[in-house]
Amino acid sequence: MTLTLPKVQTAPALRTREAVIDCDIHNTIPDDKLLHPYLPARWRQHLDSFGIGFYSQGAYYPRQHMNAARTDAWPPGKIPGSDLDFLRAQLLDQWQIDYGLLNPLYLAGEQVIPDYADALATALNEWLIHHWLDPEPRLRACVIVNYEDGESAAAEIERRATDSRFVQVLLPARTREPLGRRKYWKMYEAAERHGLPVGIHFGGAGGWPITGAGWPSFYFEDHCGMPQSIQSQVISLVFEGVFDRFPDLKVVLIEGGFAWLPPLMWRLDRSWRLLRDEVPHLKRAPSEYIRQHFWFTTQPVEEPGTPEHFRQLLDQLNMDDRILFSTDYPHWDFDSPGMAIPGSVPKELRRKIMSENARALYKLE
Amino acid sequence: MPTSLIDCDIHNAVPSVQALFPYLPEYWREYISQSAFKGPIDTSYPVGAATSARPDSTLPAGAPAGSDLEVLRVHTLDAWNAEYGLLNCAYALESLHSPYAAATLATAINEWQIEHWLAKEPRLRASLVVPSQYPDLAVKEIDRVGHHSGFVQIFLPVHSLAPYGTRQWFPVYEAAVRHDLVIGLHFGGTPGNPPTASGWPSYYAEEYANQAQLFQSQVMSLIVEGVFEQFPALRVALIESGFTWMPSLMWRLDKEWRGIRREIPWVKRLPSDYIRAHIRMTTQPVDAPSEPDHLLQIIDQLGSDEMLMFSTDYPHLHDDLRQDAFPLNLPEPLRTKVISGNARAFYRWSR
Repeated sequence: MTLTLPKVQTAPALRTREAVIDCDIHNTIPDDKLLHPYLPARWRQHLDSFGIGFYSQGAYYPRQHMNAARTDAWPPGKIPGSDLDFLRAQLLDQWQIDYGLLNPLYLAGEQVIPDYADALATALNEWLIHHWLDPEPRLRACVIVNYEDGESAAAEIERRATDSRFVQVLLPARTREPLGRRKYWKMYEAAERHGLPVGIHFGGAGGWPITGAGWPSFYFEDHCGMPQSIQSQVISLVFEGVFDRFPDLKVVLIEGGFAWLPPLMWRLDRSWRLLRDEVPHLKRAPSEYIRQHFWFTTQPVEEPGTPEHFRQLLDQLNMDDRILFSTDYPHWDFDSPGMAIPGSVPKELRRKIMSENARALYKLE
Repeated sequence: MPTSLIDCDIHNAVPSVQALFPYLPEYWREYISQSAFKGPIDTSYPVGAATSARPDSTLPAGAPAGSDLEVLRVHTLDAWNAEYGLLNCAYALESLHSPYAAATLATAINEWQIEHWLAKEPRLRASLVVPSQYPDLAVKEIDRVGHHSGFVQIFLPVHSLAPYGTRQWFPVYEAAVRHDLVIGLHFGGTPGNPPTASGWPSYYAEEYANQAQLFQSQVMSLIVEGVFEQFPALRVALIESGFTWMPSLMWRLDKEWRGIRREIPWVKRLPSDYIRAHIRMTTQPVDAPSEPDHLLQIIDQLGSDEMLMFSTDYPHLHDDLRQDAFPLNLPEPLRTKVISGNARAFYRWSR
């Protein structure tokens, strides 16, 4: 099958005269050696031998497009997302984006060697500062942490907390234990103390089959199966009482969709009503915790068959202040700021989705 | 009381492993007696969880809820004036790693169901149980007993070691089609792997809630592996699954198919089309919103009024009385379809 470059993606922004904040951008490292200055010798050597490709633990599903990217997102001679100038032109400038939030998908917590994971997290954050945040004032970033080690993650959060350009802590959807479990609490404590939301992002591998019913065969199921993984994380965070313990903790669900959220809230409330004896530490219904503590990004935007169903979804959700626009640049399922949100969405809500909710959550000017 | 109602999920319980002795070879009677094996450990319905048994289903002398036909009959078939009731015997056979134990007990349970349930109550039909982790042995049991007119479905626990769309299960679907049996994917299952992609949750409440995600993964697997292209006559029931999550799954599957269907070219139609054509869902538990209008929206969003089939899920406890009124409070003609029409068509029961 021949692929032709989709020219529409590089056309100038047509009708975006609105403020846009992009809450999910995936910048990449063009060459692992860029991390050398930030790594101790022991781990430079390891990086040179073994790289920082994620330790997939069996969870590798070849992406349909190379680097899972748009075909037009390749800077000359480089991999998608690795060139700041190219990203500026194709994303920030083209769509007149006020702020872009970088979530580079180098999951230090997937590295099974704990010290390497720690070193990588620190190095990646340094790389973010010097190669992205310093040169481009429109960019913000997540803090990369070794999330599988609460103390280490807390230490890295401390290290970055005074740099206001770090606005979130990055976690993946698939982890070694459900994210509500006790081993992660030290990390939440640090994030809460510093007012940093934690972002649970599509991806990751915790050493388990990627569904609760075993290993599926296809990338389709890896990609489309993220909502199920993220739902399990929501269930865990709620039922483990994370929000009773950390009442100011904020959680952003990134690239997981959101149409499943109303029925999940209904199911969790019913489950809690019947089984609350087992979880007496929960003081409120699950949906109340979810409404208070969760935000979610739009991409991949839900596409019910009709605008009326989309309107019903937003109505059932009733979380207008929690929806955050995102593009997922440079991935193949990029959502364009001009086209992703249905035109039927009322102006006021659109403004919230496209920028105001993110501005409030991440405390942007 | 409705004039015609079909209950698509009733749980008959094995009173004790000794009840299966008449159907077990000598080797197993001796093995079980000497080892004091009491039956598989089924963590899907812990005795201490309120959801496992409604208070009025308690039986004397510690007998498991649902193990007494007389009581069950009063609480389900008679209470609802049901034309048919479909038994689903959850015995956690998939938790037994010995293929011989699983296969032998499956046979015994099916024989016990025939003698003690199907023969004694003409309104009852049942799912036959199989050693689901061993497809070749499962096919053997389907071929052995699948012709019995009382068996209309094959019970498979939704929590499995491998997704149900994967090729290893194809012989089971071939046998199901051959015997004109529905595949019943049912809440629960204890195959040994964690029920989430991130390992083991702490609480039963989480595992209980997570069953919905398991159903979602299984539906996805069946679609993308092309099971309904391979077996166009196959019917699949999602039992005790909840159903309010289905529209959001349909939307997502359809969107993904538009983007990634190059990887699965054998999936020729929209995923939601396959779902509407081949899959049905029982009504309990409802997972209902507090706004009744929202529930009607969800049903409308399914894009078909043929997908829902009434069930009591006896003796499991659901929610407050408000939910037990569903689906009697639906508008016609949807109401009649849900309480009997859809099941009658799906299971091919004549009036």
